[in-house]
Amino acid sequence: MIHTIAFYIFAAMVIASGALVIMARNPVHSVLWLILAFFNAAGLMVLVGAEFIAMLLVIVYVGAVAVLFLFVVMMLEIDFAEMRAGFVKYFPIGVLLAIVLVAEMILGIGAYSAGALHLGTADGTGAPLIGESNIESIGALLYGRYLFLFESAGLVLLVAMIGAIVLTHRERGDVRGHQNINKQVRRRPDDATVNTRPEVGKGIEL
Amino acid sequence: MDFKSSLGLIAPEIILSVSSLVLLLVAAWAGDKASRAISVIACFVLGACFFLVAPMVCAGVAGPDAVAFDGLFTADAFAGFAKLLIFAATGAALVIAPSFFDRTRSMKAEYPVLILLAALGMSLMVSATDLLTLYIGLELNSLASYVLAAFLRNDERSAEAGLKYFVLGALASGILLFGMSLTYGFTGSTDFTAVRAALTGDMSTGALFAVIFVLAGLAFKISAVPFHMWTPDVYEGSPTPVTAFFATAPKVAAVALLMRVSLDAFGMQADAWRQIVLFVALASIIVGALGAIGQANIKRLMAFSSINNVGFILIGLVTGTVDGASAMLVYLAIYIAMTAGSFIAIVMMKDENGAPVELIADIAGLSRSKPLLAACLAMMMFSLAGIPPLFGFWGKFVVFQAAVEADYVALAAVGIAASVIGAFYYLKIVKVMYFDEPADVVKGSSDWAHWALLAISALFISPLGYLLTGWLGGVADKAATTLFLVAA
Repeated sequence: MIHTIAFYIFAAMVIASGALVIMARNPVHSVLWLILAFFNAAGLMVLVGAEFIAMLLVIVYVGAVAVLFLFVVMMLEIDFAEMRAGFVKYFPIGVLLAIVLVAEMILGIGAYSAGALHLGTADGTGAPLIGESNIESIGALLYGRYLFLFESAGLVLLVAMIGAIVLTHRERGDVRGHQNINKQVRRRPDDATVNTRPEVGKGIEL
Repeated sequence: MDFKSSLGLIAPEIILSVSSLVLLLVAAWAGDKASRAISVIACFVLGACFFLVAPMVCAGVAGPDAVAFDGLFTADAFAGFAKLLIFAATGAALVIAPSFFDRTRSMKAEYPVLILLAALGMSLMVSATDLLTLYIGLELNSLASYVLAAFLRNDERSAEAGLKYFVLGALASGILLFGMSLTYGFTGSTDFTAVRAALTGDMSTGALFAVIFVLAGLAFKISAVPFHMWTPDVYEGSPTPVTAFFATAPKVAAVALLMRVSLDAFGMQADAWRQIVLFVALASIIVGALGAIGQANIKRLMAFSSINNVGFILIGLVTGTVDGASAMLVYLAIYIAMTAGSFIAIVMMKDENGAPVELIADIAGLSRSKPLLAACLAMMMFSLAGIPPLFGFWGKFVVFQAAVEADYVALAAVGIAASVIGAFYYLKIVKVMYFDEPADVVKGSSDWAHWALLAISALFISPLGYLLTGWLGGVADKAATTLFLVAA
């Protein structure tokens, strides 16, 4: 009973905040609604017993992606009014895409439920551990059977990092903003000041 | 297979990854001054891996002893053969780089590190017997390649090459991933053996889509027509040592990967992919031959030449026999020597300021100012054209022989006809170098390392190479047989 109530609350909240993401006039509010949608989706995931995905949603989407969106929205000057101006123009294409997508879903699900699609049966090597949470099952696979690939994937990320640094890092020739205290202390008043006697009506040349 | 023996099987990969991490730290502390030293160490690392893999190839290791991590990784003789070619070609790309980049002071200590990591990705690719290993190896290699293509970041063409390669490569990865997810959906496994077992008998349309998408993604990586659009632009824009690298090592890795995927994973459905590979092979041969004719830039010409050669290699795959696979490996070995040799000669062509010479018009009359260099380049061109006394002929010969034995006479005939068209532009370069009025653009000298590498590749493709045919054929046969053993 309480399950059903929780489901409907979370589901309604996801849909409502999803709608508000595209309705809100202020882009910052859109991002905040998006965060609320993520939280409620995480709640739905907990309800179906996928607590790992729920955690990922909160950590990755709310913690990283949404904050990144917020930064982008706040730091870049994006003219949302202008972006909305094309809405009417592209509305038919959008509707067409939506229709195609819905038709695909109906056909796909229809074919599957009619038994026309023969999917493969999993060999069971990735089956969840009995009596353990799915976090433990994922961990056992990731750091056991797939440890080799886990480490290799780490190298892929390292290459991405090296690449980003190699292509963008520039050595600055000048040391502007770099204080050399030793040089400052060694400097004597004689080096820094000079007495001149300029002619009347003429400036001095430094 | 326990964990310890699995670790023993991936020893070359462990050496590559640990040394690239250590060299990365050296690069971070010592800076770009140390890039030459790091390159030398990286060469030694590749050499060590080469000699670690070599005995395994000669012994023809295969079967369950070669399988590591529950089937994720297979270090059999087939993978070993491809790894030998990859390590050798990667070493060449390291040797020719410093003097090229030094002129513009753009040599960075990260270059050898990225090359090592790319080599690691390629050796994962050729050993992959699981779709996940395949993808991670491919991405490791591709990501490093995107960065290497854009390595001369002050050069607009290099940046453009990097961006083009990245965007199209990401698209191809997406197509490949889509195919892999369909494969998993219709077979229930990512393991090649299990996929093979699940794809017996009549294949559903969905599974056919999976095969097509996976092959399309891989065809992009070997730059086979109709997925070749990026090749001329990327080859032209990338720094020449990087182009030399792209044209050799990743080609071997991707072709070996394609062989394992189509003969092992999709091996029971050979009729489904054969017509695709047949079309791709013929289209690559013809487009490669015709596209090269109008090119004025020698790097673009080499790009079309590599498309053309990939077509010839794929003829071996169409046969789907052990002979065909063995012929592909022999062709790959010879192709590496010819292409690496040509690119070394291209790197050695510099004008009086040391700037690279890339236009074919600028090498006119090279035989008078640089007779030795012109002779080597002419040899490479004759060999690429497949003219008999040189070793390039042997590669084409074994591939066509395999095709004729498997009753693909028409395919072999079209291939031979197209290789005559291809001979035209190779011979045009020889004609420009020997019979045209000297343009006197190519000046400057190169160090001994370039000459040594050029001499090795020239010696390999010279008629002396025929002394190797028996041995090379034997090793390639053994390697190709292991590929079919795993499948059985």
